[in-house]
Amino acid sequence: MTVLLDPTSEQSPTIRPRLPRPERLEGLTIGILDIAKARGDVFLKRLGERLAERGIAYKHYAKPTNTRPAPLPLQQQIATEVNLVIEGLSD
Amino acid sequence: MSVTPHNGLIAVVKRDCPTCELTAPVLGELARRGGLQVYTQDDPSFPETVPDRFDDAALDISHRLKIEIVPTLIRLENGQEVARTYGWDRGEWERVTGVAGLGPDLPESRPGCGAKNIEPGIIERLKIRFNETGLKSRRIEIGEDEDEQEAMYERGWSDGLPLVPPTEERVLKMLDGTTRDPQEVVGLIPPGLAPATVEKIASNAVMAGCKPEYLPVVLAAVEAVLEEGFAMHGVLATTMFVGPVVVVNGPIRRRIGMNAKGNVLGQGNRANGAIGRALQLVIRNIGGGRPQEVDRATLGNPGKYTYCFAEDEEGSCWEPLSVERGMKSGQSAVTVFAGFGLQGMVDQKSREPESLARSFAESLKAIHNVKLAPSCDALLVICPEHERTFRNGGWSKARLYEELYKLCEIPGEDLIAGAKGIAEGGPASLAGKTVNKFRPGGLMIVRAGGGAGMFSGIIGGWSQGGPRGSIPITKEVRN
Repeated sequence: MTVLLDPTSEQSPTIRPRLPRPERLEGLTIGILDIAKARGDVFLKRLGERLAERGIAYKHYAKPTNTRPAPLPLQQQIATEVNLVIEGLSD
Repeated sequence: MSVTPHNGLIAVVKRDCPTCELTAPVLGELARRGGLQVYTQDDPSFPETVPDRFDDAALDISHRLKIEIVPTLIRLENGQEVARTYGWDRGEWERVTGVAGLGPDLPESRPGCGAKNIEPGIIERLKIRFNETGLKSRRIEIGEDEDEQEAMYERGWSDGLPLVPPTEERVLKMLDGTTRDPQEVVGLIPPGLAPATVEKIASNAVMAGCKPEYLPVVLAAVEAVLEEGFAMHGVLATTMFVGPVVVVNGPIRRRIGMNAKGNVLGQGNRANGAIGRALQLVIRNIGGGRPQEVDRATLGNPGKYTYCFAEDEEGSCWEPLSVERGMKSGQSAVTVFAGFGLQGMVDQKSREPESLARSFAESLKAIHNVKLAPSCDALLVICPEHERTFRNGGWSKARLYEELYKLCEIPGEDLIAGAKGIAEGGPASLAGKTVNKFRPGGLMIVRAGGGAGMFSGIIGGWSQGGPRGSIPITKEVRN
């Protein structure tokens, strides 16, 4: 019998179910997160306009760069200020 | 195996030791007087002068008594060790035994030999048997009928190629390659931000095929990619081609037999291959960074198996990359660069540095797309025959950086979307401006490769060169 040493972190990620999608956007505050991908700003700006047309409140956020995870203070700010987030993932 | 006496003398010897052979008559004399137990590490028929010997070929007693040199002579009183000597020294033996006039025909003293229980390979097995390794990783038992390679594949540890099984013995030997504590946390490995202990990194180095002497280089490379500026999470997660490219400088290159010459970026050298692979396995197994999961690369590049090489410092007229980046001359260091593949730079006719620099610049401008600027950082691997042209022309490395930067200025008109019939490109406002292909400081030059062939290489970088993306990091290799 061979005994091997586990070369992994020996951690198993917790898989959490996604929150249910809201039935309607009215009454919620939407976060719009620009992750700094090329032309993401164009797409998200238009999305904001469409939300405004429907009278839905939204807040705009931006990551300093798409190459790194969002800074922790930004993550915390978003989590406390809005009900859901829309982000433009790719260019 | 036997029980050591409560009171009396113990000697540990082996036949394969001339000093033990020398002391055989003395051991015989002490045995005749009574109260001596002799343990033999190799040949149970030695020493013939002692009628009742104990076979310690399993080395359990030797290990328990922490024998380092044979012969070792120990006096026990009430089960406690009260005196010990090793090698042959008449005065010392008389002190330990309390017997005068030992070995009158022997020289006054003679150094002993290394004990068998501390030989490399044996000490590790003994530590495992006595549960003294201090290794904290979970033990995974592979059944007799199970194929080790298949078991490792099934657990997802492999990059696609077979692995060296990380047994306790191999990991212990690997840890001999560093003076660092196996439980020291080197950093948190993205994307899972799991703590990487020296032990965990050593296990991955074993799997990659490293020798213990490579481990300090692997540790330095891991430290380098974990620097905030390198942005390892992004380098892993990007859809672009890049992965860490490791350039090794300083005396460690030659000490561990790295290749800096012919086929330097190719296959065939264990250290080059295994160090780069170990870094990738650390990301995979400790960080949990796997292709088609957090690694979103569209194509990736073959260097994501391994991408590590040494600079040919001795052959170069320029200062090594590490020195240029702040290390001292003679200090071993790694530099990591988020790079991909290799673009060949063929120029067999330039004999003047001006012409050759233009060749380099025109090729550099094509990285990613001729229509994109500023684009990415780049690492130039300049072959000896090209370096000779710059050397003969009296160009320092600083001069070459400066000239290349100047030659990489591009008229904005050429970069506008639609120009040259190519939709890719920048806004119309670029007209009338000049744009450089690179950010200032976005080029790095190393000299490496075989003596024949005017074939240099360009290793392109990530689209986000510089502080908003990944910046190259240089780290000292510590023992």
